[in-house]
Amino acid sequence: MIELDNVAYSYGGGELLSDVSVRLTPGSFHFLTGPSGAGKTTLLKLVYGALMPTAGSVRAFGADLRGLDRDQTALLRRKIGVVHQDCRFLDHLPVAENIALPLTVSGRDLAAESANLGELMAWVGLRERADALPPELSGGERQRAALARAVIMSPELIVADEPTGNVDWEMSQRLLQLLVELNRMGKTVLIASHDLALIRAAKNHVQARVLRISNRRLQLAGADL
Amino acid sequence: MSAAPGRIRALFLGDPQAGRVVPPSGFTAHLTLFASGAMAFLAVFALALSLASGRLADRWADELAKSATLRITAPAGQRAAQTDAALEILRQTPGVASARALSAEEQAALLAPWLGADIPMDDLPVPQLIEVIEGEPGYDGAGLRLRLGAEVPGAVLDDHTRWRRPLVEAANSLRRLGWVSIALIAGAMAAMITLAANAALAANAQVIEVLRLVGARDRYIAGAFIRRFTLRALIGAGVGVALGMIGVALLPEASEEGGFLTGLGFRGVGWLWVLLVPVLGAAVAFAATWRAATRRLKELT
Repeated sequence: MIELDNVAYSYGGGELLSDVSVRLTPGSFHFLTGPSGAGKTTLLKLVYGALMPTAGSVRAFGADLRGLDRDQTALLRRKIGVVHQDCRFLDHLPVAENIALPLTVSGRDLAAESANLGELMAWVGLRERADALPPELSGGERQRAALARAVIMSPELIVADEPTGNVDWEMSQRLLQLLVELNRMGKTVLIASHDLALIRAAKNHVQARVLRISNRRLQLAGADL
Repeated sequence: MSAAPGRIRALFLGDPQAGRVVPPSGFTAHLTLFASGAMAFLAVFALALSLASGRLADRWADELAKSATLRITAPAGQRAAQTDAALEILRQTPGVASARALSAEEQAALLAPWLGADIPMDDLPVPQLIEVIEGEPGYDGAGLRLRLGAEVPGAVLDDHTRWRRPLVEAANSLRRLGWVSIALIAGAMAAMITLAANAALAANAQVIEVLRLVGARDRYIAGAFIRRFTLRALIGAGVGVALGMIGVALLPEASEEGGFLTGLGFRGVGWLWVLLVPVLGAAVAFAATWRAATRRLKELT
């Protein structure tokens, strides 16, 4: 599904990632960990095509991302649901419209999708907040709305960047549970997190592979995780 | 090739929901509305000037090209004989449709604006004028002059060329000036809308980033901006044209006394040209925003 082969990424004269090779198989669950500034977000961006590697190659769904034009990149992103730490909503649109945004931009009929949208909002516990604007939401609500937006197109891969970074433990467990449920539905999940307690807790529910970025390189985490 | 019109139609009509993804922005909205309104207002007057000049040039060229004046300057005792001789020559000249000597009343009426209504025509050395109407094809002016010179010594043929040409050229220049003004107005409008669109695109860089992250194609993002600016330009230009038409309607009616300045309104199909101004304004906005959005989206890659 996703294959990084000897990937390196440099920015401003410095190399942030070096010789990174990893394969995400369909239905797998991966954690990506490492200290702040290690390059977790950069690696995620390389996976969903927001950045291009300076060396090596990234293949997604059989295509080399470097060979994709902007339209093809847009179509690729419809297969990848992304949850950002800062959520990134359109603040002038209500929550329901933000969650439905991937449907809107791909030209899907929102009226036909309204039942699915309602079901999804109920699943993340936001049915009552459908008309609220994003700035009116709490941190946990924002993260759940971002997760709902990421999965509304039923993507094959879900990439989450510190999805529990701004929420309390209880909420982070709830978000983790939602991601585990998605994985059980057959979705591939890649979560970047520096929260080791969360990763340990997740391993009780799902068979997760933990990757660690250290000294610009990616390695499989030890048994302590 | 055949996909291009469909693509443009999709860009313009597109998904109505797409218009909502770009937040409303007051500054660029007002700038676009005002610029397109003001430019459309000016375009109406430039168009009125151009069309009126065109009418004038056509009329002068048409009316004057078909007529000439023969002036008989001779002592009083010979004037009637020379007039008859000249009329006879004109009757025999191929290409002259008709010729007639102006009556004393008609000549007095021509002089009335300068000398007053009660002119003692008999006391004045006023030459006899003969109006010559050219046929199809026209007459040989040089040949006619030679014959008149030989047979009617007091006759001078004036085919109006000397003063008709600069008048027609002046009217044609005014017409061209009007069209150049409209082109400049369209260019200035395009520049202002490009500025407004660039400002809107820069202000919404984060919105564009979010849209891209959720899988929006550049065409979709550009379409959202294009629709918004085109609609604003259409509304602004519509208001500008309405105000311009009121302004033109308030101008005095065309009259002989007023000459050119009172003939600035629209006539007949001229009104249809005015209706094209908002459409042209919208087209300019469409093209300017499309160019700005395409360039900006490439830069943001």
